[in-house]
Amino acid sequence: MIFWKIFVAFFIPGILGYGGGPASIPLISNEVVNTYHWMTVADFSKVLALGNALPGPIATKMAGYIGFEVAGVTGGIVAVIATVAPSLILLILLLKLLMKHKDSPRVKTMTLLIRPTIAVLLGLMAFDFFHKSYYGDGWLQTVILVAASLFCLEKLKIHPSFVIFGALGYGAIFLGS
Amino acid sequence: MINMNYLHLFLAFFRVGILGYGGGPSSIPLVQKEAVSKYKWLSENEFDDMLALANALPGPINTKMAGYIGFMVKGGLGLLIAIAASILPTIILMIIFLKFLTSFQDQPWVHGMIEAVVPVVGVMLATLTWDFFKKSKDGLGWIISLALIIASFVVISLLHIHPAVVVAAILIYALAQPRRKQDKESKRSGTG
Repeated sequence: MIFWKIFVAFFIPGILGYGGGPASIPLISNEVVNTYHWMTVADFSKVLALGNALPGPIATKMAGYIGFEVAGVTGGIVAVIATVAPSLILLILLLKLLMKHKDSPRVKTMTLLIRPTIAVLLGLMAFDFFHKSYYGDGWLQTVILVAASLFCLEKLKIHPSFVIFGALGYGAIFLGS
Repeated sequence: MINMNYLHLFLAFFRVGILGYGGGPSSIPLVQKEAVSKYKWLSENEFDDMLALANALPGPINTKMAGYIGFMVKGGLGLLIAIAASILPTIILMIIFLKFLTSFQDQPWVHGMIEAVVPVVGVMLATLTWDFFKKSKDGLGWIISLALIIASFVVISLLHIHPAVVVAAILIYALAQPRRKQDKESKRSGTG
């Protein structure tokens, strides 16, 4: 049955894709192209290119679109559920357990001890974005955009929505050639 | 009031979904702004724990955070609304573009837009990094936080151990601490 196949095809990348959406892309490609032959490699790359050009989480965009292509709206819904549900259920269960014991000293110690590691992870992600920007736009544009957005976000306390819109506008005009 | 919560969940995660360029990590600072600073659905501690666990589990991070926060605020329906708000708009856009506007992603101005957002996301992630650093320093002191930061960096970035393994190891270590020390600590905090 097609819906079962769609479910399995997206369940596996969802459960094995450590490191967020981008990590699951090669796994999705493997299921969709090699196992089920729903798309050619070229089609998959085209969908991926567009997915990267649009905002929002990449794995669910891929799942929604491919599921829709294969089996209509129901197919899209099944694919998204298979991508999202397994790890979300696990997260809810674990956090419920944690919140129940949130006043226990062990949980408090855990919250304290985990912060430095999360700081490192976030720092590495930040570095990744700066690195990408340096290679994409050069150091001058990177410095301009970093300085301007830091000033707007931290000094003027402008909501990130407006800062991102500003950057989109700036990019369309000045980086679009 | 009840309906306002649903509306706020929708608006918060709609914004996160359509503003999160560059994949999962870009949504982390946006979710923090909406859920902690703006709507106060989570305390800072709760957000930190959620981020740690969400990072240690597989699958897309954005929908994990949306689903959990939606569930916490408004149960099952809240979960569905938060996830739908964060992914539906862009899935629909994707279908429309692939059906009708296939040359969209080749436009130079589209590339320019996406490239300009990358450093902005970098700044937001860097600010959040700084927040976490300050909080670790306040909770653990300079020496222990710096030691843990350097150790985490070495293990994750130089030894290439997967972050999920590191996070899981710390969680297990903290939760499996011997009772004796725990009792002493809780007594101390009880009298103090």
